[in-house]
Amino acid sequence: MALLHLLLAQAAADPTKGLTAIGRGIVYGGAAIGPGIGIGLVVGNAITAMARQPESAGTVRTTMFLGIAFTEALALFGFVLAFIISG
Amino acid sequence: MNALLLAVDVPPISHVTIWGSGPLGFNKTAAIYVFATVATILLFAVGTRRKDALVPSGILQNSAESGVGFVRNQIIMQTMGTDGLRYLPYLTALFFFIFFSNITEIIPGVQFPANARFGMPLALALLTWVIFNVVGVVRQGPLHYLKNSLIPPGVPKAILPLVMIIELVSTFLVRPFSLMVRLFANMLAGHLILVTFGALCAALFAAKITVVILPFSFLLLVAMTGFEILVSFLQAFIFTILTAVYIDSSMHPSH
Repeated sequence: MALLHLLLAQAAADPTKGLTAIGRGIVYGGAAIGPGIGIGLVVGNAITAMARQPESAGTVRTTMFLGIAFTEALALFGFVLAFIISG
Repeated sequence: MNALLLAVDVPPISHVTIWGSGPLGFNKTAAIYVFATVATILLFAVGTRRKDALVPSGILQNSAESGVGFVRNQIIMQTMGTDGLRYLPYLTALFFFIFFSNITEIIPGVQFPANARFGMPLALALLTWVIFNVVGVVRQGPLHYLKNSLIPPGVPKAILPLVMIIELVSTFLVRPFSLMVRLFANMLAGHLILVTFGALCAALFAAKITVVILPFSFLLLVAMTGFEILVSFLQAFIFTILTAVYIDSSMHPSH
């Protein structure tokens, strides 16, 4: 309750400050949704491939890291953008 | 050296575009890069001294030889094939340089990955960009290179203009940018996580009742430190293998 009062007092003093923080959270949270699903698909299918054909595990692992790297880039753009936003 | 590393402060995150704080712009980030350069050179200068030895011995020679073997088998042979073995020295140096400047993240007393400031990742990404463009122009000729990188095989004529614009942006702009951001943001995120849990442990240690959370926070700090070792290695690996993939796409265009 005390925390809430503190937050309300701060919001009354400078409402844009809190909005910036919310905006950063929304930006990164939104940017993490798609890559989260994408990396799940990449790794899940790579595990399926490795389980079906263990002798091809080396090639699959390398390709999996490549796929993760490409997918992950989008989340990282959001991460950097969250820092760039300033109120 | 210790005083240098500890006393010269890290530029704050809001000052990522301002260069340097010490004399000649020398700061902790630059000191870590000097360390990474010296470590890479020393590893291979000392590790390859005993050329006639049939059986490698000593930690330096073993590390250097298995490092070269790793880059050769896991990175070049998987992406470029024997054609790309001429890039082995550059890719090995790139891998070890990035790894050494990342691993300072978990070395006590330093605890800062130099690649969390985007100067050097940008320079390395631009170097990769220059290399794969020069290789493409030299191997295929300027016009063929442009045609092969802009027009993917088997695209219907109707949507060709749209595809060409997308390929132009993704090949020549997004590639170096994402290469830079991937390394920089991964190391920055890892560093922030470690700093957050470190500060949380310190704050909880002084707290009264909430001190019961301290073991969990500390365990997570230890776990994240272990995870960051993996990330340091993985980011060096990914940067190097993407460089290899981009050079390969210039050497062997898809038909």
